[in-house]
Amino acid sequence: MANEVIFHSIHLPESWKLENYLKAGGYDALKKVLAEKISPDEIINQVKTSVLRGRGGAGFPTGLKWSFMPKNYPGDKYLVCNSDEGEPGTFKDRDIIRLNPHQLIEGMIIGGYTLGAKVGYNYIHGEIWECYERFEAALDEARAAGLLGKNILGSGWDFDIHAHHGYGAYVCGEETALLESIEGKKGQPRFKPPFPASFGLYGKPTTINNTETLASIPYIVKHGGQKFLELGKPNNGGTKIFSVSGHVNNPGNFEIGMGTPFSELLKMAGGMKDGRKLKAVIPGGSSVPVVPGEIMMDLTMDYDSIAKAGSYLGAGSVIVMDDTVCMVRALERLSYFYYEESCGQCTPCREGTGWLYRVIHRIEHGLGKPEDLDLLESVAGNIMGRTICALGDAAAMPVQGMLKHYRNEFEYHIQHKKCMV
Amino acid sequence: MLSPESLKKIDREIAKYPDGKQQSAVMAALRIAQDEKGWLAPETIEFVAGYLGMAPIAAHEVATFYNMYNLQPVGKYKITICTNLPCTLMGVEPTVEHLKRKLGIGFGETTPDGKFTLKEGECMGSCGDGPVALVNNVRLCARLTPDEADRILAGLE
Ligand SMILES: Cc1cc2nc3c(=O)[nH]c(=O)nc-3n(C[C@H](O)[C@H](O)[C@H](O)COP(=O)(O)O)c2cc1C
Ligand code: SF4
Ligand code: FES
Repeated sequence: MANEVIFHSIHLPESWKLENYLKAGGYDALKKVLAEKISPDEIINQVKTSVLRGRGGAGFPTGLKWSFMPKNYPGDKYLVCNSDEGEPGTFKDRDIIRLNPHQLIEGMIIGGYTLGAKVGYNYIHGEIWECYERFEAALDEARAAGLLGKNILGSGWDFDIHAHHGYGAYVCGEETALLESIEGKKGQPRFKPPFPASFGLYGKPTTINNTETLASIPYIVKHGGQKFLELGKPNNGGTKIFSVSGHVNNPGNFEIGMGTPFSELLKMAGGMKDGRKLKAVIPGGSSVPVVPGEIMMDLTMDYDSIAKAGSYLGAGSVIVMDDTVCMVRALERLSYFYYEESCGQCTPCREGTGWLYRVIHRIEHGLGKPEDLDLLESVAGNIMGRTICALGDAAAMPVQGMLKHYRNEFEYHIQHKKCMV
Repeated sequence: MLSPESLKKIDREIAKYPDGKQQSAVMAALRIAQDEKGWLAPETIEFVAGYLGMAPIAAHEVATFYNMYNLQPVGKYKITICTNLPCTLMGVEPTVEHLKRKLGIGFGETTPDGKFTLKEGECMGSCGDGPVALVNNVRLCARLTPDEADRILAGLE
């Protein structure tokens, strides 16, 4: 079954309007929480039972993350939604905001209630301006209907949400860079610890979750964590939205149960474009290691299965490549991206991403030397685990994955000064 | 320095943040200033800094850190084209070549009549609709074949 949790109402005309979300049972979960005065602990328990894992890429269990927030903190606390979606291959959060913004708002309100937050911010990727406007319009609708703001649904409890837009910096998707950015600074990641749960936005306890994570919450509260878990598989609860791009006939977002075979997802995306042969898949966004097509065809789409194949489910961003793709070119473009987007704070990332790009660039342009492949491996190895944020690892992992599976294409390029494909 | 309408918009942004945290509105304020002026001259950035009560250097840091601010004048229409891997797989290259040839400019350049600027962009979180381009930071154009690009250009007066 597809489209059960977040996309359940997107077939309706103008699914983004409040009246249509309400018709589809929207805000029932929030009404239940407030009417039955469900305790924050009980909500956290349901989220733990659901085995919802963070959809922003790292897959950290959401219930556990929520339990880190200090309970009896005397000052303000914040909830921040990460809609900065800039990882190449990822475009699901955009469709959540575009097609079902109220489910995200409902999830944020329940999150705010559970975490004892006073205000929530949704940080929206700058390039999707129309979504920012749509989200603001949805907030206005919710406020006018008494669902957001002061004295929500007559409960005496206040909580508000505001939209904050990015303006073109991939690193701001990293949660502490995002906090710096909301504070009106350059988006440079912070040293951790302290973690945001103790020192977050404006130095206050803060929880940061991905859009898809928060938009899953109303379902869990309404139907119970167990039901959500059963939509997926053990340790990989729920449905997941997979963004499929590249060489398929019908690219787009597909919400399916965790554990669905990749082959089925590929079929849903219309199969390979022009009937060509599947060469390779980047299964979780540009930062994760590539997986050869024949291995991918045997995998299911969930954290554990993809990890066994040496890669990551990441944000569920599936980049499909056919046999016309030159892996040296593909990697050159990705390495340029990380080089461009490094914030420059740590030497291994700032210098390393430059090295990676320059060496791959010269291989691509027929100027590579035999020792370059070892050099790439050593530079990538020297970045891994040695930086303030995971952008460094994100730059190194694609290089390591490509050299592991397609070393021969790189060697061919160096020897023959041209592509193998 | 900025019109009353722009200042009103900035005030609305400031109201989103706690008292005393008006610096949080700097990204929106610079965007609003850029929408009015077309680009961010140093004195515009400094005006925004003054309006928000922050150090000018802090506002300059923000303006230079984020890619969508124009630190130089651009054409009436700035067309930013995503060339990241998914958009490349989905065929952006012929469109880029077509636009460069048709407008007679490369990335980072503006046509002599001041009408069009071409810019290379990174992933716009819209890869499923790729190749994509963004016009003046607000209008996302999907499935950008050379023909589609011609249609879009024809609609920009
Ligand atoms: C360079 C970089 C970019 C990131 N981009 C995003 C992003 O666009 N969206 C997102 O939700 N998380 C992103 N993350 C992960 C966040 O830091 C954070 O783990 C996530 O928002 C937490 O939410 P979750 O637990 O609900 O997944 C990024 C991390 C790094 C290191
Ligand atoms: S790893 Fe790179 S992007 Fe992250 S803080 Fe260090 S320099 Fe900045
Ligand atoms: S790669 Fe072009 S929008 Fe994502």
